[in-house]
Amino acid sequence: MPTTMARALNDGLRAAMERDPKVLIMGEDVGRLGGVFRITDGLQKDFGEQRVLDTPLSESGIIGAAVGLAVRGFRPVCEIQFDGFVFPGYDQIVSQLAKLRYRTQGRVPVPVVVRIPYGGGIGAVEHHSESPESLFAHVAGLKVVTCSTPADAHWMIQQAIVSDDPVIFFEPKRRYWEKGEVDAGSDLASAYPLHASRVVRPGSTLTLATYGPMVKTCLDAAGAAAEEGHELEVIDLRSLSPLDLGPVEDSVRRTGRLVVVSEAPSESSVTSEVAARIQQECFFSLEAPVLRVTGFDTPYPPSRLEDEYLPDLDRVLDAVDRSLAW
Amino acid sequence: MDEPQAWIPTDPRSRPSHDQVVAGLKGVDEGGPELVQLLTPEGERVPDERFDRYAADITAEDLCSLYRDLVLVRRADREGNSLQRQGELGLWVPLLGQEAAQVGSGRALAPEDMCFPSYREHGVAWCRGVDPTELLGIFRGTDHGTWDPVATRFHPYTIVIGNQCLNAAGYAMGQRFESRVGDRDTGEATICYFGDGATSQGDVHEGFVWAAAYDAPLVFFCQNNQWAISVPLDRQTRVPLYQRARGYGFPGVRVDGNDVLACLAVTRWALDECRTGNGPVLIEAFTYRMDSHTTSDDATRYRLADEVELWKLKDPIERVRVHLARRHGVGADFFDAVEAEADELGERMRAFCRAMPQPGPERMFSEVYADASPTVDRQREEYLAYHASFADGEG
Repeated sequence: MPTTMARALNDGLRAAMERDPKVLIMGEDVGRLGGVFRITDGLQKDFGEQRVLDTPLSESGIIGAAVGLAVRGFRPVCEIQFDGFVFPGYDQIVSQLAKLRYRTQGRVPVPVVVRIPYGGGIGAVEHHSESPESLFAHVAGLKVVTCSTPADAHWMIQQAIVSDDPVIFFEPKRRYWEKGEVDAGSDLASAYPLHASRVVRPGSTLTLATYGPMVKTCLDAAGAAAEEGHELEVIDLRSLSPLDLGPVEDSVRRTGRLVVVSEAPSESSVTSEVAARIQQECFFSLEAPVLRVTGFDTPYPPSRLEDEYLPDLDRVLDAVDRSLAW
Repeated sequence: MDEPQAWIPTDPRSRPSHDQVVAGLKGVDEGGPELVQLLTPEGERVPDERFDRYAADITAEDLCSLYRDLVLVRRADREGNSLQRQGELGLWVPLLGQEAAQVGSGRALAPEDMCFPSYREHGVAWCRGVDPTELLGIFRGTDHGTWDPVATRFHPYTIVIGNQCLNAAGYAMGQRFESRVGDRDTGEATICYFGDGATSQGDVHEGFVWAAAYDAPLVFFCQNNQWAISVPLDRQTRVPLYQRARGYGFPGVRVDGNDVLACLAVTRWALDECRTGNGPVLIEAFTYRMDSHTTSDDATRYRLADEVELWKLKDPIERVRVHLARRHGVGADFFDAVEAEADELGERMRAFCRAMPQPGPERMFSEVYADASPTVDRQREEYLAYHASFADGEG
């Protein structure tokens, strides 16, 4: 039966908590309310206040206390309510969460997951629609992943929780209520690897590499392009740190063309990294420069302008046309 | 002479004027009427109704042992300073003057208690069984500290000011979640060290909030050494720091940070409170940073020698020595033996430091992640191959 991404995450969290009594959920309003997006709905009722913590309104505290709990042997899963609210916790993420393992040369692992609903498209006020993933992908010691479907959401959250590394888990909030099939009957060990990218639509004309909320946009674009006879290969990167560019390289060696798509601003970003690495690895296969379709290098605009800011099907196809015309 | 009256900010528009005394907001101040002291700077044991019982079992032998720790910790600190001056270390962070605060509180801890230091807690490290040689790599640049934080229950040094207060709060929450709180004898507690400057950081405020919200068994141990590099305490606060605890709903005590016996007694009390479920607690150890902030700093640029001279009279070691000699008849043999032991420690640190190996480039890439990282693995491989290409050229 089709399931929403929100439900798939909820089920995944529940499975992780049942599997390991050291798994805790902590964040603002995650308990009684079930989170502002209801991702943790019902978990406090079933697991108690000591495993699902309604914390003080304090993001540095959420991350900083999670680090201490992890040192004690717990596996905290933190919820940051919205992307733009993570920055009070950024110091703890960068200075402690990311570095404690390296500082102690493996003696003190910090298996903390930080869940962040991110991205735009919901008509929200300032600080509620940002895509800050590149700011985390740049930090050594962190792993950064993002899901694009309910099935990935269900398994990736569980894989992130069993990882001994800190994982920043970006959830595309505008896709929370879209449905997809989840095979919850299979087991975690046989799930698709957390840090592997995946071809989600095969094609031979041009490669689209993307992640998170833009996967659906790119699939829609590929569907439209097919009507004009262009077979676009769409790759969901899934893991932003480390990047798994092997499938992208294989694809570009066949298609000779790459467009990278993301909501985030373009400069010094995940999309910059993909472009740089692909030109390095696939230089002689490229028929056109690597193009990018991204948000702009402005602060996220007032929401009446977000349809202009966010890459959509037409902007993706425009870039596809420019690449093909090169 | 009348005790100076503490300024109480009852009127929200009021500020202390220049002629009003806020006890303990200046380095030249006495600690104020609420300062807990058991051993005066002159070495006299003075009674304290509230805290005497936490020092009642301390024998002359115990005092000798505390004296030994104070002397050895000071020597380790001075050796670190000298090794920096000799070019063996890139930096040293001196604790001179803060030995009693660190040894007194450190010796109050039980082995199962957890400790979160900042970066000046060489004396607490000593009490946790971390050898001074294990601190040297941080300042020589060979590692970030080699002690085992799990076995010693002494967390790595935290250099970003105040971060550790939240990490300690989380750890102490875990102690409570694991039902290690509630019994004086079997309970566990956590202690977190930070300085007066750190009290202006959001993480310290949030640490107070979190520890209070979860009744965490956490002793906040603030060493008020009067200076945050060049900035004096009255730039950080309008009220004495221990009084802030009240606003968070837990007790705060100001102790003479140069009195090892008082620091021991007050910390024992605080740990007891935490173990029995009455945490958190704030202790402000009123002390003084006798040396510069670090070896890269020059304290003569911003503070007067008079102030330092004043604090020399309150030396944490001298008062114990005088007390042992006058009240317990401890003789020169003991003091000489401790001095000889300090010399040995110094020699051992020097020899160890000079023999520390240069880490190889592969160390740069180790333990960034628990799981394999293709990015780091590729960079290691490429860089080591780059290194090896020179070796081939020479051959």
